Amino acid sequence: MAGHDHHHDRDHSELSETQLRVRALETVLTEKGYVDPAALDLLIETYEKKVGPRNGARVVARAWADPAYRARLFKDATTAIAELGYAGRQGEHIVALENTPQRHNMVVCTLCSCYPWPVLGLPPVWYKSAPYRSRAVADPRGVLKDFGVALPADTEIRVWDSTAEIRYLVIPMRPSGAEGWSEDRLADLVTRDSMIGTGLPKEPK
Amino acid sequence: MNGAQDMGGVPGFGPVEAEPDEPVFHADWEKRAFALTLAMAMPGEWNIDMSRFARENRDPAEYLAMSYYQIWFAALETMLKERDLVRDDEIAAGHALHPAKPVARVLSPGDVLKVLHRGGPTERATGSKPMFKAGDRVRAKTINPKTHTRLPGYVRGHKGTVERVIGFHVFPDSNAHGLGENPQWLYTVRFDGRELWGDGGDPGTIISVDAWEPYLEKA
Repeated sequence: MAGHDHHHDRDHSELSETQLRVRALETVLTEKGYVDPAALDLLIETYEKKVGPRNGARVVARAWADPAYRARLFKDATTAIAELGYAGRQGEHIVALENTPQRHNMVVCTLCSCYPWPVLGLPPVWYKSAPYRSRAVADPRGVLKDFGVALPADTEIRVWDSTAEIRYLVIPMRPSGAEGWSEDRLADLVTRDSMIGTGLPKEPK
Repeated sequence: MNGAQDMGGVPGFGPVEAEPDEPVFHADWEKRAFALTLAMAMPGEWNIDMSRFARENRDPAEYLAMSYYQIWFAALETMLKERDLVRDDEIAAGHALHPAKPVARVLSPGDVLKVLHRGGPTERATGSKPMFKAGDRVRAKTINPKTHTRLPGYVRGHKGTVERVIGFHVFPDSNAHGLGENPQWLYTVRFDGRELWGDGGDPGTIISVDAWEPYLEKA
């Protein structure tokens, strides 16, 4: 089948140079005993399947539902977040930022891609991209507009550039209309972007 | 170093385009490059600040043309080659051609979750008193080091206010170059949008950076 062979060849020629180099390096590092491929698989599975924005959503939901937890969270976020079992790499020192009608927080890393992994997982491509990293500090309202978010003109926009090892988690305002909801249902309203500050929580339905 | 990685305020990159329902990884090689980078932190041949320097230390045009995981992978190759853990002929051959150098530790599957959970805290026991306190007016120094720094260009020379004394943390400018952790006081310093961007800046905008004491002077 000429058509099939052609397709097959094209797939091979499209193996990018990067793809080949990554494969080659993994083989070399494995043969030299520097890495264990089973550990690599587990690292990937952890960040692809287990650690993600659902963790952060649970933190926010508890902060909405439990005033004592909320107080602990704003006093020492690293410890309060560890109560839910989330801790470690790229979240060693976490600070929770409180959105209010007067102040909206937004987080960026202009120098690289610093992001609170234990609560949000790995950052999306846009967070690491030049448009976001360049404009978040110079034109945050414009960036919010890119995300379809318009805030009142008298709301202060506070941008946090993650230049050190402190990681920031935005705690959005609790939407009205979800009174008496369980933490699980509340967590469904919390979007990843609302915890970065480029979005707002979903409205309860 | 001044380079393409220092993007704050650089014009012309266009709108932010978010991908709906974005997957965690976009290709299999991204997964492997990510995992290799994390796993190769385990032997202790380098630290996170050295990794960041290896990522940013490249031609600006090249930096801007690469995807983020391409940058990570290129930095990994650089650091491995610098320490003679891997050579170019081995990457070309796709096999080990030279004896392995002994390394202190290798990440085993059984240790993955423990190591991730532990992370790498950067706060250290204090060795001095902080020079500044909350409310102090400070100026970010005008510096242009050829070495690693975490003071973004857009705040250099500008006046701000110390908002919080964070703690005593590893100083990347030293740690990235094998000069020791050299911990320093770390502060959250906030700047008025108009101070940074002029009268055209949004008056309702406050921007903060986390800045180590050597970056700051009294204003």
